[in-house]
Amino acid sequence: MFKPKKIQTLDEQAIVKTALQAMPQPSRRLFLQRGLSLGGLSLLTGCTLADEDSVERALMRVSTFNDKVQAWLFNPNKLAPTYPDSMITRPFPFNAFYGVEDIPKINGDSFQLEVGGLVANKRPWSLAQLHALPQVSQVTRHICVEGWSAIGKWGGVPFATFLQHIGADLTAKYVGFKCADDYYTSIDMPSALQAQTQLSLTYDGQILPPEYGYPMKLRIATKLGYKNPKHIQAIYVTNVNPGGYWEDQGYNWFGGS
Amino acid sequence: MNRAQIIHPLWLRLTHWINALAVVMMVMSGWKIYNASPIFHFNFPEEITLGGWLGGALLWHFFAMWLLMANGLIYLGLNLVTKRFKRKFVPISPRSLLLDLLDAIKGKLAHADLSHYNQPQKLAYLFIIIDITLLVLSGLAIWKSVQLPLLRELMGGYDSARIVHFVAMSTLVAVVAVHLVMVALVPRTLLLMIRGR
Repeated sequence: MFKPKKIQTLDEQAIVKTALQAMPQPSRRLFLQRGLSLGGLSLLTGCTLADEDSVERALMRVSTFNDKVQAWLFNPNKLAPTYPDSMITRPFPFNAFYGVEDIPKINGDSFQLEVGGLVANKRPWSLAQLHALPQVSQVTRHICVEGWSAIGKWGGVPFATFLQHIGADLTAKYVGFKCADDYYTSIDMPSALQAQTQLSLTYDGQILPPEYGYPMKLRIATKLGYKNPKHIQAIYVTNVNPGGYWEDQGYNWFGGS
Repeated sequence: MNRAQIIHPLWLRLTHWINALAVVMMVMSGWKIYNASPIFHFNFPEEITLGGWLGGALLWHFFAMWLLMANGLIYLGLNLVTKRFKRKFVPISPRSLLLDLLDAIKGKLAHADLSHYNQPQKLAYLFIIIDITLLVLSGLAIWKSVQLPLLRELMGGYDSARIVHFVAMSTLVAVVAVHLVMVALVPRTLLLMIRGR
């Protein structure tokens, strides 16, 4: 009675071990869980599940190639269209990878924005210090990767101005963002320096409300919504692509419009 | 094989089938992308979409676009170089189109000579070429709405470019459906597109 049971236990362990070995890298795991299935095409072509991994890798390679094409296409002098206040979408939609109830609660009085990486001055910034910098405002169209769009009004510090204040290496490739809601993303330096890219502190003339990213968000009119991080806690400059929450699951990294 | 008997040269057959594959991938992944934020009050059934989730569908869409574009340019280029466009699509007139359509309704449209396109065929194939061009242009306007301002304004802005893209897709699918019915009615045309004769 006990012997077969023991063999069974050993088999189970072996199965688990094999399964663990077969597990992909953590960064790829989420991507696979989301099931980039061949969908209907597998019915048409008779592709088996075993082919899916290589198909995914091929598609990701094309996506990386598309990043390069978009970087080449990107012209920093092309400005996103701006609109009159009357065209602002009301109410402006709340959008995140969680519900309204999970919006992070942040104490603005004690808040410190961390700055790191390839920058000369790594001292953290209080909100008062950021508000003391020159402020601009824009009414632009936020375009979501899902397809919908909404026009909003953001105010804050031109991001190029902020990068100059922290003595960022402007020849570096990437700017990364870490957020209070565990979101993270990164953008290319040319897009970071585009005139409309803004470290936003207000929405429609009011202090940025929690649902739109208090205490600050990056408003980047030349990129899709998922490249506009909210509740930013840390900004760093780097030459190693930091990826992003959605990007690591398969969304195109450049995400430019 | 007598070369004179070849009605569809190899390059035409290849570009036709590559285009068919690219269009199927574009349309099925496009339906999945549409489902993420429907423009109208309906969704496409998940079973006929490609990609599994929005991110996957976008990967397929932005892979197949290269296939569609490169293959389309080769097709258009070779048609111009070989003067096939002129041979196959001219003349086309509303009058002869109506006469052919009447014949078709009466079931009298001749298919004896498959090297010659009848008027509805000319119109349908030209429509497909123009419609796919419109799909590519409206797609570019959606993808690069800041970088391509002229294209964006031609489409009537970002949101309207999505509607143009959707309508162009719908009409393409409708014309392709009729095309498939016609092929089923005259199966020799399928052999022709495979063997060339």
